[in-house]
Amino acid sequence: MEWLTEVWFSTPQWFQVTAYSLIKIVAIMLPLILAVAYYTFAERKIIGYMQIRIGPNRVGPRGWLQPIADVVKLMFKEALIPAKANRFLFLLAPVLTLTPALAAWAVIPFSDHLVLADIDASLLYVLALTSMGVYGVIIAGWASNSKYAFLGAMRSAAQIVAYEIAMGFALVGVLMAAGSLNFGDIINGQQGGIHQWYVWPLFPLFLVYFISGVAETNRAPFDVAEGESEIVAGFHVEYSGMNFAVFFLAEYANMILISTLTAVMFLGGWHPVFEFAPFTWIPPLAWLLGKIVFVAFFFLWFRATFPRYRYDQIMRLGWKVFIPVTLVWIAVIGICTFHTPIGHWFH
Amino acid sequence: MTFTQLAFYFFATVLIFAAAMVVSIRNPVKAALFLVLAFFSAACVWITLEAEFLAIVLVLVYVGAVMVLFLFVVMMLDINLARMREGFGEYLPIGGLIAVLMVLEIAIVLTSGGFGEEQFPRPEGHPAGFSDTKELGRLIYTAYVYPFELAAVILLVAIVAAIALTLRKRPDTKYLDPARQVTVKKADRLRVVKMPAEKRADRTTEGEA
Repeated sequence: MEWLTEVWFSTPQWFQVTAYSLIKIVAIMLPLILAVAYYTFAERKIIGYMQIRIGPNRVGPRGWLQPIADVVKLMFKEALIPAKANRFLFLLAPVLTLTPALAAWAVIPFSDHLVLADIDASLLYVLALTSMGVYGVIIAGWASNSKYAFLGAMRSAAQIVAYEIAMGFALVGVLMAAGSLNFGDIINGQQGGIHQWYVWPLFPLFLVYFISGVAETNRAPFDVAEGESEIVAGFHVEYSGMNFAVFFLAEYANMILISTLTAVMFLGGWHPVFEFAPFTWIPPLAWLLGKIVFVAFFFLWFRATFPRYRYDQIMRLGWKVFIPVTLVWIAVIGICTFHTPIGHWFH
Repeated sequence: MTFTQLAFYFFATVLIFAAAMVVSIRNPVKAALFLVLAFFSAACVWITLEAEFLAIVLVLVYVGAVMVLFLFVVMMLDINLARMREGFGEYLPIGGLIAVLMVLEIAIVLTSGGFGEEQFPRPEGHPAGFSDTKELGRLIYTAYVYPFELAAVILLVAIVAAIALTLRKRPDTKYLDPARQVTVKKADRLRVVKMPAEKRADRTTEGEA
């Protein structure tokens, strides 16, 4: 052990920083990818039970090895490239979808000190990165040179731009309540039990944010970009094997990301529900993970419950309902904070 | 060379390469994608300047919204490269003249000494707790509040104008008001008709035969 520490301290500074950062990145990525794998399993099981089926139960005890089997199958399948496709962009698209979905995790705080990059404008950073995910979809649709893929890309582009505005405005409300763009400060602004969480004063924004998050990740009931029954699978109809799997990895990583952001910004992050004895014994990380799982469950519940929206109704909901709601509520927060005695409710 | 310098030269090289590709590549979709790369590299260069807020907003607004709509339009175009090349020789003299003039103008401005290194103090690094978002907000809402609000009003006018230009009443559309759709009751649409069961004469006679 002695010589190991000696070797470590004899290495140059930049190497130490790089190695330390890499270890931290792996410590976030590995659990995340495992979580994605078992989120797909949870989805199939939960939706199965909701529809009075059993779900996958053949591979491993009670089906627990099903996601591993799926990954192995997808890895060994041939990755086809359509003859008339734009080869480079076709292969680039899945990477462009996955990169923002993973890079956004850099600024997520897991507890008071557990954060990879504690940057000042972390909320903006996440917003900027999630807005780049749409390029993967658009490029996939265009590079496939197929009309179904192209239709999916068109739908997705319009939808994501519409809901991103509502999402951004909802986050402006959070920013006004917390007075900071840093996730750590936002979470610490909600300390002191369930009545301090931003979900209560910002309830309309919470609803808008979460529903926009479902729309941003192209999940049911807003999954018109895939629309199996209309455009066979939308933007990723031409993809197979591992390329296809990367799209799925990104979609589920994004769902977990939206769940995490909802937990962080509206449900008090790592703070316990009540600030007294039995609740404070549970470690902060467990509280955060519990809240993430709670929110993530809603994604699956929605899929099992709601039929797909018609496309014009999606657009109407985004532009004519959500954006006005968020604008009005931002004005309410501003006026109440500065001109009424109840301003402290919003902080 | 420090890490910051290395990062600057890397992003600057990518930026210049991407910008050159935007104007030289044939395929308009690829040109738009190179423009995205150029914006992104510019944002990275700004981050090395410690302007995180502006860098992230550049990505958020230009990469996340403007270029998506731009791609949306460009992807729908049916571009015939042969027809685009037709007038090349015809426009070459005028285009060349404008290009030479622009290069001259840029050269005059840059060599006038107004942009020399000695004109600007060396930017100093900020302490660890510095928040450029807060600083920018303070400046915008105090020193530059009128220009800022003027810009906002101009943008609002542009939004209203854009909507007014594209707004048209279409009599042939089968639009339904969703508020009316969800409040509709069974009684509004469905009429239950009760009829007494009838005995068919031919069936009974067949059965007896």
